[in-house]
Amino acid sequence: MENTVCAIELRGITKRFGEVVANDGIDLKLNWGEILSLLGENGSGKTTLMNMLSGIYFPDEGQIYVGGQPVSIRSPRDAFANGIGMIHQHYKLVDVFTAAENIVLGLEEPGRLDFRAAGERVRGICERYGFDIDPDQKIYDMSVSQKQTVEIVKVLYRGADILILDEPTAVLTPQETDKLFDVLQAMKADGKAIVIITHKLHEVMALSDKVAVLRKGKYIGTVNTAETTPQALTDMMVGHTVTLNIDRPRYEKPVKRLEIQNLTVLDGEGIKRLDGVSFTALGGEILGVAGIAGSGQKELLEAISGLCPVGEGEILYTPDGQEPSNLVGKTPMQIRKAGVAMAFVPEDRLGMGLVGSMGMTGNMMLRSWKKGKGVFVNRKDPNALAMQIWKDLEVVTPDTEFPVRRMSGGNVQKVLVGREIASAPSVLMTAYAVRGLDINTSYTIYNLLTEQKMKGVAVLYVGEDLDVLLELCDRILVLCGGRVSGVVDARKATKDQIGLLMTRLDGKEGRS
Amino acid sequence: MNHEKKTPLIRLAKRDGMEGWKIWCIRCGAVLFALLLGALVMGLVGANPFTAYGAMVSGALGKKSAIRQTVKIAVPLLGCALAIAPCFKMRFWNIGAEGQITAGAIAASYFALFWADRLPAPVLLTVMGVAGAVGGGFWALIPAFFKARWNTNETLFTLMMNYIVIGVVQWLQGGPWEGRKGSQIIPQFDEAACLPRVFGIHCGWIIVLVLVVFMHIYMNYTKHGYEISVIGDSVNTARYAGMNVGWVMMRTMFLSGAISGIVGFIVASGANNTLYDGVAGGVGFTSITVAWLSQLNAFAMVGISVLLAVLSKGAETLQTRMAVPASISDIITGILLFCMLGCEFFIHYRLIFRKKKEARNG
Repeated sequence: MENTVCAIELRGITKRFGEVVANDGIDLKLNWGEILSLLGENGSGKTTLMNMLSGIYFPDEGQIYVGGQPVSIRSPRDAFANGIGMIHQHYKLVDVFTAAENIVLGLEEPGRLDFRAAGERVRGICERYGFDIDPDQKIYDMSVSQKQTVEIVKVLYRGADILILDEPTAVLTPQETDKLFDVLQAMKADGKAIVIITHKLHEVMALSDKVAVLRKGKYIGTVNTAETTPQALTDMMVGHTVTLNIDRPRYEKPVKRLEIQNLTVLDGEGIKRLDGVSFTALGGEILGVAGIAGSGQKELLEAISGLCPVGEGEILYTPDGQEPSNLVGKTPMQIRKAGVAMAFVPEDRLGMGLVGSMGMTGNMMLRSWKKGKGVFVNRKDPNALAMQIWKDLEVVTPDTEFPVRRMSGGNVQKVLVGREIASAPSVLMTAYAVRGLDINTSYTIYNLLTEQKMKGVAVLYVGEDLDVLLELCDRILVLCGGRVSGVVDARKATKDQIGLLMTRLDGKEGRS
Repeated sequence: MNHEKKTPLIRLAKRDGMEGWKIWCIRCGAVLFALLLGALVMGLVGANPFTAYGAMVSGALGKKSAIRQTVKIAVPLLGCALAIAPCFKMRFWNIGAEGQITAGAIAASYFALFWADRLPAPVLLTVMGVAGAVGGGFWALIPAFFKARWNTNETLFTLMMNYIVIGVVQWLQGGPWEGRKGSQIIPQFDEAACLPRVFGIHCGWIIVLVLVVFMHIYMNYTKHGYEISVIGDSVNTARYAGMNVGWVMMRTMFLSGAISGIVGFIVASGANNTLYDGVAGGVGFTSITVAWLSQLNAFAMVGISVLLAVLSKGAETLQTRMAVPASISDIITGILLFCMLGCEFFIHYRLIFRKKKEARNG
């Protein structure tokens, strides 16, 4: 296989879902020993295309060539037989198994299952590319980045020469990202072909050799990374010029809005998810919350909005010109009425905050259903609000009754954030508000948040992209293992500084 | 190289947004297909399917008395389907309608047996109806309370509650409410405690039709209905929107049980004129079929419950006239359910068959 230069080639790949053309005659070429970044806005068909390579979908038209030979990939098994391995965004590992057990899971090899030999092979792969995992370690003992490593090794163990990574850096700290990139470079040097899907332009620039851009299901072109700029790539992706600067004005007189004192939250199993968290959020300020996934961000927002019981501590909320009051012990309804809004975007977008089977109007009603006297719901005002958000935020939907479950992720997010902002809150909390969103929509959301800040709203922004946190926020609170490991001035802090705070537990680790 | 042969034979593709009329065409097609399969079954037991279906239709709708019988079967089915619809919409699997009917019938019967001579007929019937609603509602409230408080499994809980209440009726039959000693039968209700007739059928059908309109409005236009839909979709979203999920569950179950209880009152007072342990007679379970087949749409339930009633009444005629076992109607109902639920697949997915010569555009 290695004698041909071309690792993988797609010719005229088309995939339709009903009326929607997800991929329209895509041509793509990747050579051995190259890293290709696949760029595109949300809904541009990146994931669909890669799913066809990994055997989850079957193309309606077109042909895939691997190493110059036409192949047909009907299942993930076929994909592996052709040396194609995909590392999905959500890891598919069995928690109670060791790394080695997960890696051999599902493999059909003749003869008895020999764990020792398998372990040796895993170690061999790790040494070759500089992976840092112990094959005998259980998954539940591993960090997110180690789990990702297991996924990569799993794919390599199955003999993949072509690796596809779907947003691999979304959950990693800057230091872990650097490590991953080193590993990818080592694999590239070994002659493997790598496709990486990412939204972060600086990663594209740092890592890849070539960049392929998709827009609305169509292939726009491939450029050499060395010959392009982030601005040029964005223009290709969006189709017109966009400005990539976040405007960060200062609000004149920030006031104290929310004061958290010594907040402790236990989960159902009695494990401390938040441990003595104290901070102040000011009206007229965007307070960023940084941290590795699962460091207590979710619990923090849920505790403030009354969705998750508070173990200890106080949440003091000061409305304009009033005395502070404690939010602990109040119901979510009372807290919302006080003016604390949450545009919480969990991993599963529709899990909390939206009703998947209802249209925009039905979802607007989540905010207002209790308003008005009598037993009947008022659909008129929510419908007007839905129309307005549809227009203002350019939500792509046939009408306001179209179930949000069937909208694309970016549009779902617009509906959610749009509704929360429309309720004119005095505290606005967002978690991963731009997760999975394309650049254009992300900037729309950043601008909306800044607009809210300039109205004197205290904005809590839980984010994962440190570049954005540093550009958008006024101050950044860093969580690590449920504790506050630092609060920094976003105008002065550096990425490395935050990255270290994210992994530092009481100064025992980090500072290396 | 001969890779094209490797294209899968049948592929599935999700389809979005089919027009409403097409969906209904597919559903009607499914009903026809089910009847066709039913004809096959009839052929197997040695009956001519055409005369058999003819006998069923004429047996169920041919004469005025037959129509009355059919409506009598349809009324409790429809009422009970209306009762469980809000629970199912909320994804609360209430399969205890059988028991809730019985509980309502017991409560109504108490007034029929012991208050008949003390109250004028209209007051007595109203009191019986209210008692039926409260009795059924209370019986449904028990599992809902446990679910809301300790998250018990509502499916098992509601099912088990059925057997308890049916046992209670058996005890009443042989004990405190027994008519003639040793008869094991509760005496017939006084004339005043029986529902009056309209067009020759007890007026339960009017009550049920009013309930159809009520439930349609309740589910689609009220705050309560909205809460139920949100909880059915995502409990977390409901909590986020400030809904008290446990309270809504208990309230909805009370309503559901109350409607079932009214059905119990209608059956005991209108159809049987007495109370016995078979008062629900499987209606609580058959109505689950009705509710699902009509996609929880109140108006569709009218049609489906009549269809099932025609099948079941027709099967009786079939047995007497052509010596075909009446259980044939159960078989056809089963086939109908299978086809109706199966056709939803074709509404949501499209099958793509491998083409003989796939056009290659390279």
